[in-house]
Amino acid sequence: MPDGASALSLILAGDPSLYAIVRLSLFVSLSATVLAAFVGLPLGAALALVHFPGRTFIVVITNAFMGLPPVVVGLVVFLLLSRSGPLGFLGILFTPQAMIVAQALLVLPIIAALSRQTIEDLWVEYRDELTAMRVPPAGRVATLLWDARFSLVTTLLAGFGRAAAEVGTVMIVGGNIDGFTRTMTTAIALETSKGDLPLAIGLGFLLIALIVAVNAAAWGVRRIGELRAG
Amino acid sequence: MRDRPSIFAVLIACIALPMAGATFTAAQEKSIVVASTTSTQDSGLFGHILPVFTAKTGITVKVIAQGTGQALDTGKRGDADVVFVHARAAEEKFVADGFGVKRYPVMYNDFVLIGPGNDPARIKGMKDIAEALRKIKADAAAFISRGDKSGTHQAELNLWKAAGIDIAADKGPWYKEIGQGMGAALNTAAAANAYVFADRGTWGSFKNRGGLDISVEGDRRLFNQYGVVLVNPAKHRHVKKELGQTFIDWLISPEGQKAIAGYRINGRQLFFPNAMAPGA
Amino acid sequence: MHAPRSDLPIVLEDVSIRANDVTILDRVSLDLVPGAPTILIGPNGAGKSALIRLAMGLIAPASGRITWGGKTATDGRRRAVVFQRPVMLRRSAAANITYALKLEGIPRDRRTERAAGLLDQVGLSNLAERPARRLSSGEQQRLALARALACDPEVLFLDEPTASLDPAATKAVEDLVRAIAQTGVKIVMATHDLGQARRLAGDIVFLLRGSVRERAPVDKFFSSPATTEVSAFIRGDIVI
Repeated sequence: MPDGASALSLILAGDPSLYAIVRLSLFVSLSATVLAAFVGLPLGAALALVHFPGRTFIVVITNAFMGLPPVVVGLVVFLLLSRSGPLGFLGILFTPQAMIVAQALLVLPIIAALSRQTIEDLWVEYRDELTAMRVPPAGRVATLLWDARFSLVTTLLAGFGRAAAEVGTVMIVGGNIDGFTRTMTTAIALETSKGDLPLAIGLGFLLIALIVAVNAAAWGVRRIGELRAG
Repeated sequence: MRDRPSIFAVLIACIALPMAGATFTAAQEKSIVVASTTSTQDSGLFGHILPVFTAKTGITVKVIAQGTGQALDTGKRGDADVVFVHARAAEEKFVADGFGVKRYPVMYNDFVLIGPGNDPARIKGMKDIAEALRKIKADAAAFISRGDKSGTHQAELNLWKAAGIDIAADKGPWYKEIGQGMGAALNTAAAANAYVFADRGTWGSFKNRGGLDISVEGDRRLFNQYGVVLVNPAKHRHVKKELGQTFIDWLISPEGQKAIAGYRINGRQLFFPNAMAPGA
Repeated sequence: MHAPRSDLPIVLEDVSIRANDVTILDRVSLDLVPGAPTILIGPNGAGKSALIRLAMGLIAPASGRITWGGKTATDGRRRAVVFQRPVMLRRSAAANITYALKLEGIPRDRRTERAAGLLDQVGLSNLAERPARRLSSGEQQRLALARALACDPEVLFLDEPTASLDPAATKAVEDLVRAIAQTGVKIVMATHDLGQARRLAGDIVFLLRGSVRERAPVDKFFSSPATTEVSAFIRGDIVI
């Protein structure tokens, strides 16, 4: 990016490298959230509905892991994906794919823990009816997840917010490669270390604006859905 | 109610296809991963010379900028194809230990001692770095050290030694080790009005100077040699040895050396190519 | 002649249910046979809901035995229950029905048509696409009935279905229950409304504090009750 340009003028000028960074940030964080939801929503629902020995322990760990330090997750994933590591044959270190996987791991506990709570509360209401209708266990998970979908949107947004805001994970597994794995957060870190603070702050505001936009869109989807489905 | 399975199918497609597509593209495009240092990145050198290389060869260069220690570790792990750092002893050990094929000198830049505008230790304009450091210690003037085992940090420690000071034993509260990169060190020095040892390249493109300026420069002991090494394909089979060697050959070729020399900040050349210099 | 896989008669032998040291049902013996509706009546806390849940197979007795058509356990597919406050899924009224039909294994292409039929039976055809949670309580209760009928039940349990409804909605539900009973479905319904019991019953079971005090066909129950508790209850006294 050109030296000395403020973020605003870059946005107005439609700077292609800035847009590439924005696109990558959204792609990585949204994909990570969807991937984490794929695993985390059924997992959370299962934790809510099935009482197995050791369940309390798993619930406590899941809640605790909502606060996993991003840099630690990044380091662990880096060691796994490094060519010298067990999954090195995949060759995905320093690519967006690795960033998605690492952020998904970071976001997974948030989605699992929050959906568990939501489903647990909902089950209190639905238990008699679903039991009387002899709904099988897998069906209960699916039915509760679908009926809780509006509350779960908030859960997904919490996960997305965490992913979009973090820098430690994507810096380590992505490498902040110009044009390939540079996201908004790693770009902000870079511009700060280069001393270009106005640009860094400008990018920071842009990142916040993006997160707000995603939240607003989700709120809109939720409202429309609520109006249509009660 | 909508058919749920098809929504899942759409979601899976949204994730899997870009992932697969990107991996596929990565396999097809000609690219190499170069582990280098934050000083080369922050100075903007790569932004200047890499497009020239890519235009000529069609090879994309992906630069991971880390500290020297981390860059060499990345090379040892096989996560990069080429290592491009400025720590000669460490590079030679890298080759000797079998992780690298051969070390080629590429260029040098110099370090400068940056200091606050009011120059509390009164060393501005001195030509003898050892003398300047002795003065800083004597006056207990605030000094920021990177403290991160990087090439720059090692160079700083060597200079204290050259000044006859055992800094590890003799440091006082005036000497602050922050364990971070060059940019962070400069930011801290600007905020704390302290002296800091920096490479000219990062200083040249650094914007948050506060009242800082160059206090001491030009001493021969401040010169900083860069070398490039191909990661040993015998240790890591997947290393792109032909493409990596092409990059190395270009860097030391007259064309590459000219590109390096052509990089300027504020009209001032930052890196001095010396691939052909004996004993570099 | 085919051997019917029937859940009737439902026979309770000396069943007791306890919760936290409180006896909810105390050595109840009862049989529910095909025929006219059986109404369970009694004050709150008498154990009517527990009895229904037990007969439905949702809970197990602490002691005693219960059999359905002579078997100690069946898959329960021909039993259905409607609760006082039914829980509607967050989707349209029709979708609630097709959900139940899917559970029954009805193939997709037949579901819509059968759902429409069931909605028509309960008089909700014009509200098929309305979100179920936005129906009135009376409409939701009728939808719950339609949903219960989706499995083509032999026995239909109702746990105080009109307790929260206004008179018009109550009448609509009672008319439906009567119509369903006439198609041969065995109705077992709990209520604390004497008038409702009189309107709908074949026979009445009076429960008080967890045990069956009296059981009689409806006319005899009201004209010549055998116990003083029942007399008092019919008179409108509070029976403890």
